[in-house]
Amino acid sequence: MKVGIIVFPGSNCDRDMYHVLTDVFKLKAEYFWHEKGLPKNIDAIILPGGFSYGDRLRSGAIAAHSPIINDVRKMAEKGIPILGVCNGFQILVEAGLLPGALLKNTSLNFMCKWTNLIVENNKTPFTNKLKLHQKIPIPIANGEGRYYVDDDTLKKLKRTNQIVFRYSEVVNGSTDRIAGVCNEDGNVVGMMPHPERATESEINPIDNKPSSLIFESLIKTIGVKN
Amino acid sequence: MSLEPQELDDLTSKIGRKPTPTELQIVAAEWSEHCSYKSSKIHLKMLPMKGPLVISEKGYDSGVLDVGDGYVITAHIESHNHPSAVEPYGGAATGVGGVIRDILSTGTRPIAILDGLRFGDIEKDLQARWLFKNAVTGIADYGNCLGIPTIGGEVEFDECYSNYALVDVAAIGFGKKKDLIKNHANRGDLVVLLGGSTGRDGIGGSQFASDSLESEDRSAVQIPDPFIEKLIIETILEARNQNLINAMKDLGGGGLSCAVSETADALSIGIEMDVDKVHTRESDMSPDEIMVSESQERMLIITNNEKLKKLEKICNKFHVKCSVIGHVTSDSMMHVKKGKKTCANLPTTVVANAHLLDRPSKKPSYLENIEQEKKLSPISNYSKMMMRLLSSPNIASKIWIYGQYDHEVGIRTVIKPGKDASVLRLDNGKFLAAKIDGNPKHCYINPREGAIGCFEEACRNVVCTGAKPIGMLDHLQFGNPENPEIFWTFLESLKGLTDFAKYFEIPCVGGKVSLYNETPSGPIKPTPLIGILGLIEKKPLHSQKITSGDYLVIIGETKNELGGSEYFEYIHKFVGGKCPIVNFKESKTNMNAVLDVIGKDFLKAVHDCSKGGLAVAVSELCMINQIGCDVSLEKVPGPKLDADRTLFSESHSRYLVVLDKKNLKKLEEYLRKNKVSYNLIGQFGGENIRFSSGHKPIIDLRVDKAQKTWFNSLKELVHG
Repeated sequence: MKVGIIVFPGSNCDRDMYHVLTDVFKLKAEYFWHEKGLPKNIDAIILPGGFSYGDRLRSGAIAAHSPIINDVRKMAEKGIPILGVCNGFQILVEAGLLPGALLKNTSLNFMCKWTNLIVENNKTPFTNKLKLHQKIPIPIANGEGRYYVDDDTLKKLKRTNQIVFRYSEVVNGSTDRIAGVCNEDGNVVGMMPHPERATESEINPIDNKPSSLIFESLIKTIGVKN
Repeated sequence: MSLEPQELDDLTSKIGRKPTPTELQIVAAEWSEHCSYKSSKIHLKMLPMKGPLVISEKGYDSGVLDVGDGYVITAHIESHNHPSAVEPYGGAATGVGGVIRDILSTGTRPIAILDGLRFGDIEKDLQARWLFKNAVTGIADYGNCLGIPTIGGEVEFDECYSNYALVDVAAIGFGKKKDLIKNHANRGDLVVLLGGSTGRDGIGGSQFASDSLESEDRSAVQIPDPFIEKLIIETILEARNQNLINAMKDLGGGGLSCAVSETADALSIGIEMDVDKVHTRESDMSPDEIMVSESQERMLIITNNEKLKKLEKICNKFHVKCSVIGHVTSDSMMHVKKGKKTCANLPTTVVANAHLLDRPSKKPSYLENIEQEKKLSPISNYSKMMMRLLSSPNIASKIWIYGQYDHEVGIRTVIKPGKDASVLRLDNGKFLAAKIDGNPKHCYINPREGAIGCFEEACRNVVCTGAKPIGMLDHLQFGNPENPEIFWTFLESLKGLTDFAKYFEIPCVGGKVSLYNETPSGPIKPTPLIGILGLIEKKPLHSQKITSGDYLVIIGETKNELGGSEYFEYIHKFVGGKCPIVNFKESKTNMNAVLDVIGKDFLKAVHDCSKGGLAVAVSELCMINQIGCDVSLEKVPGPKLDADRTLFSESHSRYLVVLDKKNLKKLEEYLRKNKVSYNLIGQFGGENIRFSSGHKPIIDLRVDKAQKTWFNSLKELVHG
C-alpha cells in the first residue's frame, strides 16, 4: 500500500508528512514532483501544506494548474482517497475538486495556534476511525484559511454531509466554523489544520491520539500496513 | 558611497596605479564597515572561538557545532537595521533571507529562526508602531513561506530607537557532518551564480549601512522574494546530496564584489569573471552596478565542468536560474571583465582585507553620575501599578507576534515560543534549546556588566529547559565608532562578553558587528544581543500544569540592583542607578544546580527571573497556569531591601522553581549540600497573585484580570 505525496514548488510540509506516514505509521510513501505523472499503483494521495508558488495570485491558484493535477483528478474520479492539508486544501479548492473558497483570515494576519476540531463526518477515508463529534486538538498555520461558501452551497454541504470538520470556537471567520470538507463521494477531503503536526506526543502538548486516528483511518481504508 | 581619502591612497599604493571606476566601487563596498569590520576586527579576536564541539572550515559564514552521532548544527546571526528603519517590511524580510543563506552555505538545512526586534516607544510614537507592525509582518511572510519555523526571539521598546529599528535575525541549521561543504577550488573550476536575477535594488546597501541614518535611501533596500529563496534551498540541498558543490558563499552585503573577493581570498585562488554572464533584471546595468548590487536570493558556487551538467539539471527542475560567470585561476587576482574589456583586476588580498583601525576610546562623561539614584515618588497602590507594568509593551505577552509566525513547521518544535527558551528535537534523539537576549537599558548604565547580563540571561533561559549552553552568537550594535565614547562602550561590552565566555567555556560560534546605528537625534544605547544554543542529551523539562498546593522556591539572591529596570524606567521614568552585576561564581553554582535538579526529574517548572523582576516572573507563572500564588517577600534570599526593591530588582542568576510539596525535601537536601542560596518563598493556590511583606499585603491581583491585560495589551496597542 503506497501513499503519494505531491510536491509543488514551494511546498514545505512535504517532508513532515513523509515522516509521519513512514516513521510514525509505517506506511510506504513516495514524493511526486508536480510536473510528473502519477503511477497507477498509488493507493492514496496527499497534497501537503506550504506556499506553492509563493502564494502568488491566490494561494493554490497556480499549483491547481500543474500537470499532475490532471492525474489527481482522474484518481479522484476513481474513488482513491485524497487528502489536502492547508495549502493542499487550497489547491484542491482552486482545482474545483472541492467546493468553496479560502479567504484571508478575519484577523488579516497569519495565524499559528492550537485549536480544537469537531468531527462532523466520520464516514470519509480519513475519519472513519473517529467518533462523530470527537474533539481533535490540532494546530493551524495559515493566512488564508477562512473557508467561505454562500448560503445555498452551505445548505447543500449540510444535506450531502460534506462538512468533515468544524472548529470548536470561532478561529478565523470561516462560514459555519468549517475547517474541512469533502467532495460528494467523500473520498476527497481538504482541511486547513495540520494533522501531521499533531500525531506525536513529543510535539503535541495536549493529546496526540485523536489526530493519529486520521492516519489510522487511512490505514483502515487502504488496507493493512505495508 | 566612496572611500576615505587615506583609503584611496592606501589602495593606490597597494596596486601601484590609479584604480578604475569599477575597482573603486568594488573596494568601497568591501572596505565598508559593514563588510570589512575595520573598526572592530582587531578586538573581536579576544573572544574564545574554539571548543571541543566547534568545527571550523575555510570560508564559513556560520558557526558549526558537533552534536554527536554524526550530526552538526550550524548557527549565525545578522541584522538588517538601516533597511528596516526605512522600509520595515522588506528590510526585515531580507534580513531573514540573508541569514538563512549563511546557514545554507555550509550545506545544512535551515531549521529555525529567532528574531530580536527593537523600536521606539510604541505607546506614544506612531512611526515606531508602524515600523514594529511591518517588521513583524515582513519576518512572518518570509519565514512562513520558506517553511522554516520562527521559534523565538525578543522584542523591546525604548526611546533610543525612535525613528529607527533594530532587526536581528538568528538562524539555526541541522545536517550530517559528512554533508558539510568543505570549501575548496582548483584552477579551471567554474564560478556559478545561482538564484534570483541581479537588479538595481540594494545598490550601495553596505555603505548605506555603514553610515548614520540621515536620509531614507529606499533604493538601497533590497526586495524580498521568499519563493525564490525556498527554491534555492531545495536546489542547493539536492546539489549537495549529489556532491556537486566544491565551495559556496551567499551573496549579502557588497553583492558580487564581496562574495567573489572573499571566496577567492579564503581559498587562496584567483577568480576571473565576466559581468555580461550575470543574469540581470534589467538589460542596461553597468559593470559597477552589477558588482555592488545587493539583490537578494543569490548564491555563488564553485563547481567543475563535469558537475555542471547535473547542477543545471537540478536548477531546471526548480526553475532556478544559474549562470557560469567565470572560472578559478591561480594568480590570486580578482579579474572582472565585460566581454573582453577588463573593468577591474585587483589582488584578492587587497580587496578582502581593508586596513584595520585601532580606534581611540574614552569613557563617556554621561557615566560619571549615572549610578546615583534620585528620590522616587511614592507609589500609593502597588496592585494598580503592577497592572500597568503587566500591560506595558516590554512586559506584556508577545503572543501577538509569535502567533503570526509558523513555529510548528518542520515538526521539531518541542517547547513552543512564549516560554523561557524554545526547544527543537534533533534526529539523534537529543534536543536543542535556543534563546536570544539583549538589555540596552542595563548596557547603557554599565556597558560591561550589561553585556555580561545579556549573556547570562540567555544562558539562564536555555538552562530552564534543562539544556547546557554549548555555543554563543553575539551581535554587537552600537553608534558611530568614530566617537571615542561610543567606541569605549563597544570595547567594554566585548571585554565583558569575553570574560564570561572564557569563565563558562562557551565558545563564540558566530557574530556580527553593526555600527553607525544613529539618527539625527543621536546614537542608540549600546545593544549587544546574545544568542545561546543549549544541548539536552536526554529530555527537556516540559512545564507541567501548576496545581493548588505546589511550592515556589527561588534560587539566587535578590540584590539592590534596579538601575535600568522596568520599574525605574517605565514606572518612575528614571534612567540611572546601579544595574545588575553577575557574580561569575554564584552564576555557575546556580546554573549547575538548576541543571542537576532538572535531571532528577521531580520539578514541575523552572522559570527565569529577569525583566520586571520577581513580581513579573511569579505573575507569568500564575497567568500561564491560571492559578494564584502567595509570596512572602521577607523570605526572599539576599540583603534586606524595601518591598518594592525585592519585587522589581532585576538581579541575575535567579531561577524560580515550582514543585510538588512532597519533593521539597529532596530539593533542599541537594541545594544545601551544594551551598546554593535559595528559599521557599510561596505556595500556589486560589485566584489571586499576592505578594506580602511580614503579613502586610503589598500586591493583590486577580489572576484572570492580570492575565487578560498581559495577554491582550500588545495586540490592542497595535490594532488600536
